[in-house]
Amino acid sequence: MIIELGHFALILALVAALLQGSLPMIGAARGDAAWMALARPAAFAQLFLVVFAFCTLTYAYVTSDFTVANVVANSHSAKPLLYKVTGVWGNHEGSMLLWIFILAAFGSAVAAFGGNLPPTLQARVLGVQAWIGIGFLAFTLFTSNPFLRIFPAPFDGEDLNPLLQDPGLAFHPPLLYAGYVGFSMAFSFAIAALIEGKVDAAWARWVRPWTLLAWAFLTGGIALGSWWAYYELGWGGWWFWDPVENASFMPWLLGTALLHSAIVVEKRNALKTWTILLAILTFSLSLIGTFIVRSGVLTSVHAFATDPERGFFILILLAVAIGGSLTLFAVRAPALKAGGLFAPISREGAMVINNLFLTAACAAVFLGTLYPLFLEALDGSKVSVGPPFFNATFAPLMVPLVFLAAIGPMLPWKRGDLAGALARLKLAALGAVAIGLIAWYLKSGGPVLAVAAMGLAAWLFVGALVEWTDRVKLFRVTPGESWRRAKALPRSAHGMTLAHAGLAIVMAGMIGSSVWKAEVVANLRPGETVEIAGYSLLFEGVGKLDGPNYQAERARFSVTRDGEELAVMFPEKRVYQVRAMPTTEAAIRTTLFSDLYAVIGDADGQGGWTVRIYHEPLVPWIWLGCFVMVAGGLTSLSDRRLRIGAPHRQDAESSARRATA
Amino acid sequence: MTRKRRRFYIVVAALLVFGSATALVLTALDDSLDLFQSPSQIMAAPPPPERGIRLGGLVEEGTVLRSSDGLSVTFRVTDGAQSVPVRYQGILPDLFREGQGVITVGSMGQGGTFLAREVLAKHDENYLPREVVDALKESGQWREGEGEGVR
Repeated sequence: MIIELGHFALILALVAALLQGSLPMIGAARGDAAWMALARPAAFAQLFLVVFAFCTLTYAYVTSDFTVANVVANSHSAKPLLYKVTGVWGNHEGSMLLWIFILAAFGSAVAAFGGNLPPTLQARVLGVQAWIGIGFLAFTLFTSNPFLRIFPAPFDGEDLNPLLQDPGLAFHPPLLYAGYVGFSMAFSFAIAALIEGKVDAAWARWVRPWTLLAWAFLTGGIALGSWWAYYELGWGGWWFWDPVENASFMPWLLGTALLHSAIVVEKRNALKTWTILLAILTFSLSLIGTFIVRSGVLTSVHAFATDPERGFFILILLAVAIGGSLTLFAVRAPALKAGGLFAPISREGAMVINNLFLTAACAAVFLGTLYPLFLEALDGSKVSVGPPFFNATFAPLMVPLVFLAAIGPMLPWKRGDLAGALARLKLAALGAVAIGLIAWYLKSGGPVLAVAAMGLAAWLFVGALVEWTDRVKLFRVTPGESWRRAKALPRSAHGMTLAHAGLAIVMAGMIGSSVWKAEVVANLRPGETVEIAGYSLLFEGVGKLDGPNYQAERARFSVTRDGEELAVMFPEKRVYQVRAMPTTEAAIRTTLFSDLYAVIGDADGQGGWTVRIYHEPLVPWIWLGCFVMVAGGLTSLSDRRLRIGAPHRQDAESSARRATA
Repeated sequence: MTRKRRRFYIVVAALLVFGSATALVLTALDDSLDLFQSPSQIMAAPPPPERGIRLGGLVEEGTVLRSSDGLSVTFRVTDGAQSVPVRYQGILPDLFREGQGVITVGSMGQGGTFLAREVLAKHDENYLPREVVDALKESGQWREGEGEGVR
């Protein structure tokens, strides 16, 4: 019964979305305040109904209601409670419900906090948001309904894929979706602005916080996903350039570009048309990402069981959403008035270059990801584009971007002084050389490119700090005065420093772990030792262990370095009973500077075990750096100027003047 | 700085960045494409050793042999019509089993043995890589409904 109520609520949510998408839009066109005012209650009603539907499905999972087909296929009565709850979105149908829930939540947020938006803009933003909701609600109800019953009901379920039975499932998809779907806000604002024919600083000020929030979520979601893959899959890798990873990475790249260009619109009223286009493209890539993941057209580790009907439906959805919005853009964009002028060497110029490199990098990833599809459509040959392609195209495009990321913030708006900016970066250059030399010495040579790249990461890190210390005049005035200056700085300035420094940390982690990674594969008997990167791992044997719904073989390694005992590591091999599916649980010993990563393979039947040990320098920095970047985004988001939100046009201009002064 | 001049600079910068990106993409595409081949295709026309290949099919029953040191393993990949011997060094994925779908990435070595540097098994027992399904269909070994996704 409860499940039918959930199903019914989802249908009602579609009706609410239809109302929200039609009447307020007509109202906005006719200037009818009463019709426009319908948008807000409709958005709240949609959210309430979707949340209700989501709760009923969760209830079915928690109570193991095996009359529901979706629960049967993805749950089991013996599954721990955490995975009963997270299992709700650990499958196709449930994850679509999560998508819709987050979409409705963002819509309601505009309804709740957008009181100071001009009424027509708010009605139109909510209207566009509703149209996206209609598409996905219809998709879920018609092709991916999680509320279908099964008869006769089986005694028990088929369990959740053991790889997904991990706390990572609790955080990774919700965060990632919040990022993906969060870009729908920028999209809705862009479409609404095109309909209104007006983009100004105030518009950018409304869009920026939503973009920033989505970006922070997406950064966190991608980082968590990569961490999860790192510890769960047992390959010691954190990024595989898998189509589904790329699907989340492309909106991130364009979203990052959007974040920067929106600042130019806000502060200088320039780059408006481009920003609108970026907002449309960013969300389009989120949609394409959903298509890639959900349709299974590309071979990927994430592929769920697939269904051509779904792929077709999403393809239509894509064509309407992307084609429609780009057509609207082509028709309406020329009407937007061009904004402020700037010299090539200026903050605006730096943002343009930033946008060019990010877009080019995104285009390269896009091409590499979809190339197999294009080629198969053209001549039927099946190819795959591997990591070497992405390393050879993406990395060279990031080098100038990172180099310039240290310089850009040093340039003032309108017209800058490159020599002056470079002079201020002397310390950063020194840091780059020093870190390069240290890397060279520690790793006794190593690839020259890697050493140079470490230097580049140091350049960005020191550069970001120099910009900040210059602004607070650290060591040049009394500490109390510096503190006062730091407090007076807008939060977004601190946010930028954090985000850029975080990027430098991520970069160092990526270089360290991919270039100086060491790997040993050995066949060991109990009592034998394996050496890696100065550590000795003594294999003490394998014992049996019973988990709640699995049985494990657990190996024991004691780790010593120079005779000193450091740790004991327990890598496991588990077999989950219901699906009789084995999984590998790596044991990871992490310090601030490196990870020791141990995996056991199969027994050879004569007392020996295959083991694989990795030593990955700096790998924890990848996630540390992402954390710093997210912290930067959230710090920036807490900026008073963004929080207060919708100032009048006049205020926007005067504060823009203050910011440039 | 006039509007026209600014536009000119932006266009030049865009051309430079996208031009170099295109050059990078074209050179990289040339040597990092892995071609998907079924065992039948490989036996019909063995690819040169420098060519990156993704060989997909089913792990033939009874062919998985581990070396005495336990580090390398050999098996045959079949599409039902033909089969190719494969050698791989390292730990096999958890879901690697005889009779199951697999994709091996590598190149042809001496004596017609495929040298795999990567072995990919599916992440979900109900999921078979699409290329493998197509290869099985081509060799006539595919029965509709078998190995298809969970309902």
